[in-house]
Amino acid sequence: MTSTPLRTPLAAWHESHGGRMVDFAGWWMPVQYTSIVDEHLATRQAAGLFDVSHMGRLSIDGPAAGSWLESILTRSIADLTAGRFRYTLITSDEGPTGVTVLDDAVVAREADAPDGSARYAMVVNASNRERVVAWLRSKCPADGVTLVDRTFATGMIAVQGPLAVAAVCVLCGDDDAARVAGLGVYRGTRAFVAGQPAAVSRTGYTGEDGLEVVVAADAVTDVWQAIHDAGSPRGLKPCGLGARDTLRLEAGMPLYGHELVATSDPFALGLGLAVTLTDGSGTPRSFPGSDALARMQATPSGRVRVGLVFDSKRAAREGSPVVVQGRTVGTVTSGSLGPTLGCAVAMTLIDRDHAAVGTAVDVLVRDTPQAARVVPLPFYRRPAPRS
Amino acid sequence: MAAEMKFAKSHEWIRPEENGLATVGISSYAVEALTDLVFMQLPPVGKKVKAGESIGEIESVKAVSDLYAPVSGEIVEVNAALPNQLETLGTDPYGAGWIVRIKPDDPSEMDSLLDRAAYEAQIAS
Repeated sequence: MTSTPLRTPLAAWHESHGGRMVDFAGWWMPVQYTSIVDEHLATRQAAGLFDVSHMGRLSIDGPAAGSWLESILTRSIADLTAGRFRYTLITSDEGPTGVTVLDDAVVAREADAPDGSARYAMVVNASNRERVVAWLRSKCPADGVTLVDRTFATGMIAVQGPLAVAAVCVLCGDDDAARVAGLGVYRGTRAFVAGQPAAVSRTGYTGEDGLEVVVAADAVTDVWQAIHDAGSPRGLKPCGLGARDTLRLEAGMPLYGHELVATSDPFALGLGLAVTLTDGSGTPRSFPGSDALARMQATPSGRVRVGLVFDSKRAAREGSPVVVQGRTVGTVTSGSLGPTLGCAVAMTLIDRDHAAVGTAVDVLVRDTPQAARVVPLPFYRRPAPRS
Repeated sequence: MAAEMKFAKSHEWIRPEENGLATVGISSYAVEALTDLVFMQLPPVGKKVKAGESIGEIESVKAVSDLYAPVSGEIVEVNAALPNQLETLGTDPYGAGWIVRIKPDDPSEMDSLLDRAAYEAQIAS
């Protein structure tokens, strides 16, 4: 990025609270405030507060919104009812294989418009927002669908960890608090949080229970500060993108640009759930790239995504070769110390022949072989809630 | 009086000892900038190094950084306990957190390094 990075409504807060700021996908964001490990562990043990306002937020309204999204997303949303969220891919039919992955996204159906038509919201990656919005606009019918990029009009806060829901609910009235606390996973509702109208969902990118809260841009700092003050006495910490990355890695979640790239086969990545090739009656669905994705499903790729756990804390990094008996059988897509696990972990794309759980491999880390073994993803699964 | 500690632009410190050797570590600024240290690789004893050459690496959760020899010479001792207690780099970077001892080829090479004031000025700029 050569231009001045964009600032979220919270950039000044980060700067005045010790955030180490970097340009991430064109946004001026904190990598960490104190320590990635401390922030990571605070999220696992109490709660972490993340500014995710850099993520792209789109609204898709109008009488044809639902049918258009159904025609363009890899995952069917025909049965999506109000207040439900769904993970999907956005693909085009370009490229040598006939499908190009433009992004992964979460699409939500909001409460219906007064005229009864369905309204949708979508969150896309910061790094892909401009490209995805431009592509969606090029496909959007002139009548019946209104697509608005609401990234700059709003802000988004993720509150993640075992104490996250409570930290938000204490800032809501009784009715809203009960509704927020009762949200199922991938469900959302409207609520007033710290007096501000908000879209609250039981979603996140850390492997923990938690919420994501979207409010108007000029209300973000007040809501952030209120959640911070409510949670801090019980261990909530503001967290930067460093901890966000180690948390999602331990949770086995793919990141666009690393596990998921333009040329990816979603089935090899274990993302087949995001691709609905036939409708409820078995009829093939048609969306950009659907023919190529059907071929990919029918012809499994030679490589699959698995986890690697290392004996040491020395981390493999993206691009490190995975070697068995002197032969390269895979490539690391993300790697780091797993702070919860106390050892290095990595996600890798590896030849099917070497993908069985327990397979011993070496990973070349700066030319030095590091012993690792294949494990199932995710590396970390949160403990079941006490009932 | 203890000989003056000098600093490399790449954040290593070096301190001449009375026995003609020099002790090398990394500055408290470097430790604070790295944070979350997880791994350190030390050079083999006996290795001959040139000033500016990598003598090992230090890894944080986020990134890997090389350690550079501030002067040319031979590695005569390494702090073998350090990789297993990297927190010492934070608590005592100029003492127990020393990394290697070098026998400099030419002790006057240290004259060209930064003194504390010049190093602090570099950090502040």
